[in-house]
Amino acid sequence: MGANLIEAENLARRYGRRWALADVSFKVRSGSVVMVAGRNGSGKSTLFRLLSTAIRPDRGKATIGGFELVREREDIRRTTALLSHYSYLYESLTARENLSVAADHLGKPRSVVMPLLERVTLAQRADDPVSTFSAGMRKRVSFARVLLQEPTLALLDEPYGQLDPEGFLLVDEVVRELKAKGTTVMLATHQLERGANLADDVIILEAGRVQWTGKASDVLTRERPGKAGGTAW
Amino acid sequence: MLIAALRKEMLLQWRTRAQLMAVFVFGAAALLLFSFAVGPVAEMLRQFSAGFLWLGLLLSSTLTLAESYHAEMENHALEGLLLLPANPRALYYGKAIANWIQLTILGMALVPVMVILYDAGTTRIVALFFVVALGAAGLSAPGTLYAAMTAQVRSRQTLLPLLLFPLIVPALLASVKATSLIVLGDPMGQLKSWISLLVAFDAIYWSLCGLLFDRVVEE
Repeated sequence: MGANLIEAENLARRYGRRWALADVSFKVRSGSVVMVAGRNGSGKSTLFRLLSTAIRPDRGKATIGGFELVREREDIRRTTALLSHYSYLYESLTARENLSVAADHLGKPRSVVMPLLERVTLAQRADDPVSTFSAGMRKRVSFARVLLQEPTLALLDEPYGQLDPEGFLLVDEVVRELKAKGTTVMLATHQLERGANLADDVIILEAGRVQWTGKASDVLTRERPGKAGGTAW
Repeated sequence: MLIAALRKEMLLQWRTRAQLMAVFVFGAAALLLFSFAVGPVAEMLRQFSAGFLWLGLLLSSTLTLAESYHAEMENHALEGLLLLPANPRALYYGKAIANWIQLTILGMALVPVMVILYDAGTTRIVALFFVVALGAAGLSAPGTLYAAMTAQVRSRQTLLPLLLFPLIVPALLASVKATSLIVLGDPMGQLKSWISLLVAFDAIYWSLCGLLFDRVVEE
């Protein structure tokens, strides 16, 4: 792990009059795995959408790999992949076609698609329309889409959501593989123990603010005011 | 990038091809209703045939254009493509070309309906199809941009025609006049002028809308 890949300073974003994220500052080391935890509505998804450049901050600044978040959006997009709450899939297209569309836009050969579908154990359903898939299967296709991008920074928002226990293991494996390749991974999850086992560092958000940052090994044992054990997220 | 975007659009349109049939039926029904409004006066029917053909195509086009963003908004697929990153301009031109092809096919399919219902036959079929293609280009370029603007609005089916119709009046006027001159005859040799006007508006729409698209789809 080397220098900082992400440096965020006072990032803030509001929806209407409500600040979803307020003056969030943090640094993420290149090649590290960072778990972002927090209650529902604490700003995790907003933070990930900001870092992926899907939305712009109302205040503050950040750099990813030396690129400025707003002005050098295209450069950031080339190196960042987001696993979002949205599947980003076309319902009427098959899993293979969905990934082929992404491969075409990335300038990659379509031959990379099937190995990725095999990786997420969906090769047998490759030619079925996504509209016939369960939520967990859609998540797997979205996961394959992230792998297709071969990102420097992978932003995984609730990667365990809607997955079965086998899927949990798949996510764990893939995150470890990404880390081994030097990819920086940020994952937002409510699976605290699972996430802490994978992560090097942890950021805990509360009401749009950074409440705590530290080592992953400390997260399950630390105390929160008014809560014993500190596992309320 | 443009080829990738166009390939995706054609694939999506192929998967929803039944919808094109429904839009054709809608356009044909509109032409039928207009013919009833005019009554059984052959000369008047012929006189108004070009206007009604374009009115039918215009009404049908709002359905086609709005629907072209349905798949993009369903799972925020357009956002996913932009984050890859796909070039917004390529995405726009891919969709605009696909919409253009679809509207041209629709327009050409409505021509026989016009000929039968309005007794508006012509031997200049190639010229007529050429004008239909140019007019469809005038609808699809701004239509694709405005459909993107209204795609996330709840009342998009109402808002799209409200925004689009005033903008395309010059192209529509040129299309109607050119079609009318082909069907009714062109003793003064005006057809070339109207086609030139249509080409000019198409060039403006296609270049300007392509430039503005990323401002519409990016936050």
